[in-house]
Amino acid sequence: MKYLDEFRDGELAQRLAREIRQSATQPWAIMEVCGGQTHSIVRNGLDQLLNGIVEMIHGPGCPVCVTPLELIDKALKIASVPGVIFCSFGDMLRVPGSHMDLFRVKAEGADVRVVYSPLDALRIARQNPGNQVVFFGIGFETTAPANAMAVYQAKVHQIMNFSMLVSHVLVPPAISAIMDSPACRVQAFLAAGHVCSVMGYRQYNPLVEKYKVPIVITGFEPLDLLEGIRRAVLLLEAGTPQVNNAYERAVSFEGNLPAQKLLSEVFEIADRTWRGIGKIPSSGWRLSEAYREFDAELRFAVSSIRAEESPLCHSGEVLQGNLKPNECPGFAKECTPRHPLGATMVSTEGACAAYYNYGRFVPVESIQ
Amino acid sequence: MSSFTQPDLLNWSCPLPLRDCPLIVMGHGGGGKLSSELIEHIFVPSFRNADLEVMADSSVLTLPPGRVAFSTDSYVIQPLFFPGGCIGDLAVNGTVNDICMSGAKPLYLSAGFILEEGFPIAHLAAITERMGAAARAAGVAIVTGDTKVVEKGHGDGCYINTSGIGVISTAFPSSGLIGPSQARPGDTVILSGTIGDHGMAIMSVRDGLEFETILRSDTAPLNGLLESLLKFAPHLHCLRDPTRGGLASSLNEIAYQSKVGILIDESKLPILPDVQSACDLLGMDPVYVANEGKLVAIVETRFAEEILRAMRTSPYGQNAAIIGVVTAQHVGILAAKTAMGGTRVIPMQIGEQIPRIC
Repeated sequence: MKYLDEFRDGELAQRLAREIRQSATQPWAIMEVCGGQTHSIVRNGLDQLLNGIVEMIHGPGCPVCVTPLELIDKALKIASVPGVIFCSFGDMLRVPGSHMDLFRVKAEGADVRVVYSPLDALRIARQNPGNQVVFFGIGFETTAPANAMAVYQAKVHQIMNFSMLVSHVLVPPAISAIMDSPACRVQAFLAAGHVCSVMGYRQYNPLVEKYKVPIVITGFEPLDLLEGIRRAVLLLEAGTPQVNNAYERAVSFEGNLPAQKLLSEVFEIADRTWRGIGKIPSSGWRLSEAYREFDAELRFAVSSIRAEESPLCHSGEVLQGNLKPNECPGFAKECTPRHPLGATMVSTEGACAAYYNYGRFVPVESIQ
Repeated sequence: MSSFTQPDLLNWSCPLPLRDCPLIVMGHGGGGKLSSELIEHIFVPSFRNADLEVMADSSVLTLPPGRVAFSTDSYVIQPLFFPGGCIGDLAVNGTVNDICMSGAKPLYLSAGFILEEGFPIAHLAAITERMGAAARAAGVAIVTGDTKVVEKGHGDGCYINTSGIGVISTAFPSSGLIGPSQARPGDTVILSGTIGDHGMAIMSVRDGLEFETILRSDTAPLNGLLESLLKFAPHLHCLRDPTRGGLASSLNEIAYQSKVGILIDESKLPILPDVQSACDLLGMDPVYVANEGKLVAIVETRFAEEILRAMRTSPYGQNAAIIGVVTAQHVGILAAKTAMGGTRVIPMQIGEQIPRIC
């Protein structure tokens, strides 16, 4: 099966794991940036294969997890406005705001719809000219081109009942923030392959130079991840930090230039608050001046909403790799996917949910 | 948009008295002439059997000797017609299969319809015809029924409830001992075929998510497959049909109720390439995706190979596979050996799986 079986070959995985073990002369701490990678590592037990040699630190690259609580509250507020059709990717629906989540608002009568593309939301706006249609546009560079395209088309076709609640975040400033943290233990990064398929990897060279840290562009299948880890270990052992592309089948140095052009037209760089981490300067995108009329935050005047995080939730330390999910005092006790205290537990890509769902609350030895 | 053959609704010719009224109206549930016409021209011709045609308030049945299995289920699927079947097939096969999982031979079904005002009668006829065909294929008779109509906007076209009774044959008395609390450490887990076909076929035609696929629902009656297994009855410990919540939920329930651990080998799970691709695309796990024509059996290990061979002789068991073992360790927990050589726990899901953001 093309692109599935050949990247999930158990024997090859064992061989790669052996190679990694043989190359490593000391234990290394490597951060996978993206939540999709975390999910794949924990689901397939790749961290178990490398136990004692490579410690995988789970990074902040889950868009649902880093979306600030107050933005969820803003979404809930907008979705509750009569006549609004609120469209979102499915996994945002279960993320709790301060008092409820989108499922609850929906049950109370709001028109909340799961869509699979922002362009579906635009179609709904065309079909319902009497309603305000709002798309919850979150994510990293990966989901940004489709969101940009939706806003761009709304402007071109003057679909004025469409707007977007935007909270885009960017990978390179997050890597800087992690490296600048005094508690940082990360020695190498696996960069997210799909982010780089859009943006290329030009942006990573300055980071490597500044922090002397290897960055390997890595995919999401088990063998992609093991190969990324192998290359990172080789670079660490050789003491030659550099950017290395281990996801050549999807990523080029330049990335997707037409997408980048659209992104720079529709969005502009802005400071962003990352849930659990705090404000990182110039770490995200908002709609540019020319497209600001499609900004739902302005249209519905929800900019002033503020929110307080649960003091029990340590998701910030988890997202920065300073705490393993199952080391959190609330993990699998007060905080479960059914009663999540923070977004890392609710999103399927969140490190806490991955640990919970794949049973890292029972000792692995008891299973084997 | 997926291409699949919709029933030929346009060429369906409506029986005479129904012609001036091609849509369901409130009166069809009122017990008067409109109700009778619906019964006479839609339900009776579709389900045709002597017990039904007595037309009494209840059907009086004579059952063969043996203990009786009784089950009920309601069907609210959208869309009503999907690749591989429709709500009618599901409503018959689902209840037939639930009865089979107790080791019983299903015999009689009831069918209750809740129809929404404005629902096309041609669609209802297409559904009941499929129900009749499914019942005949499963060797059961639909012997009693009911119809109610709700106002437009208060229903989703058509809901169906079916209840069914079956009998545990006195020839295989120990089949009455089959149950979800009977798994024992050392037992073998056998799955009758590929998982996730039904759930992903439905996803492929769901509004807003249409994708091109050859997937079809696996909806099928499992009584033939069950009959091929009954001779092993003392060695069959549990049978489940992994519908909503998928294989993972069924095995979790067995692990919990039998107070055992279950360890499956992920690389042994039969999964169609299209199902795996669609799941990967949407960020779903096939072990949680619904099936409508599969069973998972927990059996005594020394008979496992023989039971596997017997399963494979049935048309609905050709892809059967041994997928795991029951253990005395990790009681109440379903775990999997991953294809990569790691281990993971497969917990119960809280709600439905939701497609991922990216």
